[in-house]
Amino acid sequence: MSATKLKSVDVVVVGSGVVGSIMSMELASAGLSVVCLERGKQFDIDTDFKSPNVYDELKFDRHSDIFQNLARDTLTFRNNNAQTALPMREMGAFKPGEMVGGTAAHWGGNARRFLPHDFEMYSRIKERYGASFIPEDCNLQDWGVTWDDIEPYYDQFEEIFGVGGKAGNLNGEIQAGGNPHEGPRSREYPNPPTRRTHEGALFADAVTSLGYVPFQGPTAAMTQDYRNLYRVQMLECVRGGFCSSHVCAQGAKANPLSAVLPALARQPTFELRPLCNVLRVNVDSTGKKATGVTYIDPRGNEIEQPASIVVLGAYCFSNVRLLLLSGIGTPYEPLTGKGVVGRNYSYQQGGSVQVFFDDREFNPFIGGGQVNTSIDEFNGDLIDRGPLGFIGGAYMNTATSGATPIKGKRVPPGTPRWGGEWKKAVAQYYRRNMSITIHASCLSYRHNYLDLDPTYKDAYGLPLLRMTFDWNENDLRMMKYLNERCIEIGQALNGSRLGGTNKGMHFGITGYQSTHNVGGAVMGSDPSTSVVNKYLQSWDVSNLFVVGGSAFPQNPANGPTATIGMLACWAADAIKDYVRNPDSLA
Amino acid sequence: MLDHIITPKWGTEEMTLSDNPIGASYLYLLEPEVRFLEAAVEHLIPTDELGPGARDVGVVVYIDRQLAGSWGVHGRQYRGGPWLEGTPQQGYQSRFTPQEVYRIAIREINQHCRAEFDRPFAQLAGDRQLRLLEQLEKDEIALPSLPSKLFFDLLWRNTEEGYFADPLYGGNRDKVGWKLLGFPGVPSGQYRELVTSSEPYHAEPVSVLDVQTGKVPVDAEGLPKHVIIKHNSNGES
Repeated sequence: MSATKLKSVDVVVVGSGVVGSIMSMELASAGLSVVCLERGKQFDIDTDFKSPNVYDELKFDRHSDIFQNLARDTLTFRNNNAQTALPMREMGAFKPGEMVGGTAAHWGGNARRFLPHDFEMYSRIKERYGASFIPEDCNLQDWGVTWDDIEPYYDQFEEIFGVGGKAGNLNGEIQAGGNPHEGPRSREYPNPPTRRTHEGALFADAVTSLGYVPFQGPTAAMTQDYRNLYRVQMLECVRGGFCSSHVCAQGAKANPLSAVLPALARQPTFELRPLCNVLRVNVDSTGKKATGVTYIDPRGNEIEQPASIVVLGAYCFSNVRLLLLSGIGTPYEPLTGKGVVGRNYSYQQGGSVQVFFDDREFNPFIGGGQVNTSIDEFNGDLIDRGPLGFIGGAYMNTATSGATPIKGKRVPPGTPRWGGEWKKAVAQYYRRNMSITIHASCLSYRHNYLDLDPTYKDAYGLPLLRMTFDWNENDLRMMKYLNERCIEIGQALNGSRLGGTNKGMHFGITGYQSTHNVGGAVMGSDPSTSVVNKYLQSWDVSNLFVVGGSAFPQNPANGPTATIGMLACWAADAIKDYVRNPDSLA
Repeated sequence: MLDHIITPKWGTEEMTLSDNPIGASYLYLLEPEVRFLEAAVEHLIPTDELGPGARDVGVVVYIDRQLAGSWGVHGRQYRGGPWLEGTPQQGYQSRFTPQEVYRIAIREINQHCRAEFDRPFAQLAGDRQLRLLEQLEKDEIALPSLPSKLFFDLLWRNTEEGYFADPLYGGNRDKVGWKLLGFPGVPSGQYRELVTSSEPYHAEPVSVLDVQTGKVPVDAEGLPKHVIIKHNSNGES
C-alpha cells in the first residue's frame, strides 16, 4: 500500500505531552507551520474531567483509559541478557499516558529542578573522588550543558507551569524558608509555596532536630489563581487529592491540557492531529536529512507528512523505539559497548518509611498537588561520598498526596494481608500514619538498555521495544544508607511503630513504582556516547531533534518533568536558531 | 484500642444496609460461583464489630460487573503470544483472562473440595474454608490448569477493590468501606482552608454515585457540601 503524501510543513512534532505541547507553542508562535501528531484521544479540559466523575479511584488508577493501551503497544522486559524478555501485559511499575496531553496529563505535579551537579555529574565526581570511584560498568556522563546554560529555561518552564515554591538560593544568596541546597535561581518562583500540613509540621520539627533544613517542595498545582506566560488562566488548587493518575477537575494542576493547549489552539499555523500513530521518521537517500514522518491515521490509512524539521517529543520509550524502527543512529550493543540508540536507559530508585501513631489522627485525604515538606541534604553530592562508597543521592519528604481508599491504606509490619486483623489495622491506621519518602537517583549501566524485541510485535506488526534492566550495586548501597537516615527521621517523629518497604534486589515490573523512565537517546558532547548533541539535535540527521526524558544520560533524584519541560524550552530556542541558520548548532 | 473509631455499631438501626438498586443480579457469574465467592470474600474481609464484611456490601456483585466488563477479558492488556511462564519480576503472563481464571479456578477448587471433603467449598465449615484460602494463597493446592496463587491474588485484589471502590461499581454499599476508614469521598471545597489543620476532619462520605443521582447537592465548583460528624475529645461520635 502506498502512503498518501501530504503537503510539507515546517515542523512535524511527534507527541503532545510536555515536550510536544511546549515545542509546538514555541515554534508556531514564532511563525512556523507546525503539525503535532498524537496517538491518543483528544479530551476537552472544560467538560471531560469534571466533578464528580474524576473522583473515581478505580476508573482512573486501576482501569484507566488515559494510560497507554497495552493491547496495541507495550514493551517486553527482562532483568538481564540471559533471560527471555516477556511482554508487560498489564500496567504495573509505570504508567505512560496515551491522550492529547500525554503522560503529564496525569502527573502528580512534582516540579523540582535538578541540581547544577546533576548536569556535570561525571566531571564533578571524577574531580572530587577520582575516576576509579565510578563503578566500572557505569556509563556515568555529563549532559553537555551547564547550569548557566539552562537556568533561564527552567525559569521559562516554571512561568508556563505556574510552579509554586520558595527560592532558597536567589543569585547565590541563600534565602530563609527555601531549599538552601538548590542551584542559584535568577528569580523567585512565579507562585508562593504550599502551606504546611500537620504531617509536614511534624516532619519539619523532626528533621530540624537532626540538623536538616526543611522546605516546601515545589509544585505545579496552583497555590493561587495564576495567568501563565501563554496567558492561560489556572485556578487555585482545592487540595482534594486525586492528582497522580487523574486529570484535575479544577484545572488547577498545570499540564499540557490546562497550561499550553488553550493557547496553542489559537495559533493559526498550528494543527493537532489526534489518533495518529507514527510508524517511522523518513530520511533521504543520504540518510543525513529527515524528510518527514509516516503515520497511520484514525481511519487506518498510511499517511506521509513531509516536514523541514522533525521533532520526536514523545515518551522515553516511544522516542527510542521510533529511532530504532527508523534505522536512525547506531543501535547500542551491550557486549561491545558500541552504538548509542538504547544506551543509558535508566529509572528511579526510591523507598519509604512509615510512622504509625496511636495518639495522632491526620486528614490524609486533604492534600494532593505535591503538598510536601522536604529536605535536600542527601541530594547531589553535598555529603562526602568517599567514606560512604556510593555516588548519587535523594531528596526525602513527607507528602500529603490525598490517600485514596483502595491503594492509600498503610498497615504496620506484621499485619496479615487479609482477614479480621487486617480489617482492624486499616481502620486503626488509615488516618494514623505518615510516610517519609526517599526519592533517589539511578545511574546508567552498561547492561541496562533498550532495543527491539526479536519476538513480540505491536498491533501494526512492528517489533515491541525490549527493556533489559536491573538495579545495580551502587544504587542498592545508596538505598541502604538512605533508608538508615530515613529511619532516624522516623524515630524522631515518636510514633508508636515504624514500617518500611523493601523492593528486593531485582527490579520487577509489577506494582507501581514510578513513571520516571529515562535515557536511551541521551544528550552529550560526544557522538560515540550520545544520540543527540546538547541542543537535542541528532548527530546523524541534522534536522531531527529528539527531546524528552529519553535525553537524560542518567536519572538524578528530583523527578524528571520540570527538566523535560526545560529541555523543550531550550531545544525550541535552538530550533529557532537552526531555522535562521541551519549551520548554527553542533 | 479501637473504641475511638467512629463507625457506628453494626446491626443497630442506623447501620442496616439500604436496598441495593442493582440487587443480587449477575451478568457473568454462574450460581455455584456466586456461592463460592460469597463464602470466600467473607473470610477475606469478615463481618465483625466494626461493620459488615465483603459479602454483605456487594463485593460479589462488584466482581461480577468487573468480569463482565472490558477488564474481565483483558481489553487493554497485551494478549499476544508466545505465552511463557517468566520470572516473578516479569509479572502477569497467564494466557487466561480474569473471566477464565475465575471460571476455571472455582470449578477446580470445588472439585478438590468434593474429592477431599465430599462437598463444594461453599458448603464446608468456616474454619475449613479459611484453611483452604490460606493454602490457595501459598500455592499449596495443585489445581490442574493454573496456579492457585494466581486465582487467590486476583480474588484478593478484586475483594479489596469491591469493598473500597465507589459504590457506583456495585460494592461498598452504603459506603461501608469508607466509613470504616473515615474517608469522606468526593472532596469538599473547604479543603483548601483545612490543609494546615491538625483537627481531625470527619464527614459523612459522599460518593460519585450520590452526586450523579442527585442525592447530594454540589456547589459551583461541582463539589459537595460535607455534613460534618461531631465527635468529642475521645473521638467518639
